[in-house]
Amino acid sequence: MTVKLILRGQEYEVRPGMTLLSSLEKIAVLPESVLATRAGEMILEDEILKDGDVINLIAVISGG
Amino acid sequence: MRQHKLALCRDHYLDWIPEQTERFIKKYEMFQRDEKILVAVSGGKDSLSLWDILARLGYQADGLYIGLGIDEGIAYSSESQRLTETFARERGLKLHVVDVQREYGQPIPVLAQRSQRGQGRPCAVCGLAKRHVMNRIARDLGYNVLATGHNLDDEAAVLFGNTLQWAGEFLQRQSPVLPESPGLARKVKPLCRFYEREMAAYAILRGIEYIYEECPFAEGAPSIYYKELLNKLETDKPGSKLIFYLRFLEARSQGLFADPIPRAVALHPCPNCGQPTSNNDWCSFCKMIEKTKVAAE
Repeated sequence: MTVKLILRGQEYEVRPGMTLLSSLEKIAVLPESVLATRAGEMILEDEILKDGDVINLIAVISGG
Repeated sequence: MRQHKLALCRDHYLDWIPEQTERFIKKYEMFQRDEKILVAVSGGKDSLSLWDILARLGYQADGLYIGLGIDEGIAYSSESQRLTETFARERGLKLHVVDVQREYGQPIPVLAQRSQRGQGRPCAVCGLAKRHVMNRIARDLGYNVLATGHNLDDEAAVLFGNTLQWAGEFLQRQSPVLPESPGLARKVKPLCRFYEREMAAYAILRGIEYIYEECPFAEGAPSIYYKELLNKLETDKPGSKLIFYLRFLEARSQGLFADPIPRAVALHPCPNCGQPTSNNDWCSFCKMIEKTKVAAE
């Protein structure tokens, strides 16, 4: 029973039933710094993550 | 978008971004419909989105890609160029490509190493070269305006860094529009009021293929650290970045950062390339290139 979150090739696992926002807090990723997609579709912070979901987190910070 | 207390569906979001961009272009008097615009494109989400938006709004916007020759094991520059060329070709847009190595002898990392500028990082040389090339192409090809994809997070991070140091001269110059002067094109930032996250969302929803990888030399850059700090603040207090930037623009327009003794900086054409410089002889870019040639001998 897990949800997988992937950010820059690194995988994190959280429990299903949490919102995206809570899961980001759980893995210590700032919501402002990423966008999330599931099966290629963008999802919002209040989306409840289900068992087996694979969430791709796209880092949005760029520059130097 | 908690900072705007606004939630939009995909289609309305994709209309809202160009509508707002048009509003900012008019509000800050960036350019008119009959002016030729050169968009500096890097292959990243912001610059490609800006080009897409200006084309959708019907502006005469051509692109400029500068090949920096940064590889670092991930073919960063060649992949950025491929994505930019594909973007332009698929939309029938005109793209100018300038390759730094072909024009100036060496790629950016080698120029940085040989010129010994930037304390071991090529970012200072990269910025200098980009400013030089952008201005040269705009001047030589008759563009009125040079547009860059700086977003609100970029602007807020620069503002934060300059505020930490009370860098008055830089604070005075930070603006959505830098007016043209003899030999220097007008520079505009039409995305300066959009969050970085909003621009990434626009690029993804529009199906714009952009380079996800960060420039390999950007790791550990102060601007990225400032962005992270500001994002922590934004998470706790939505709208903080926008207020920080907008209140600054307001204060600046009211003269808060005005020089008590206005000093005119005398610019004259560089004897080598003709671009305006405040140096007494060659401009910083020509000096840097010359130094790399001497170092190679």
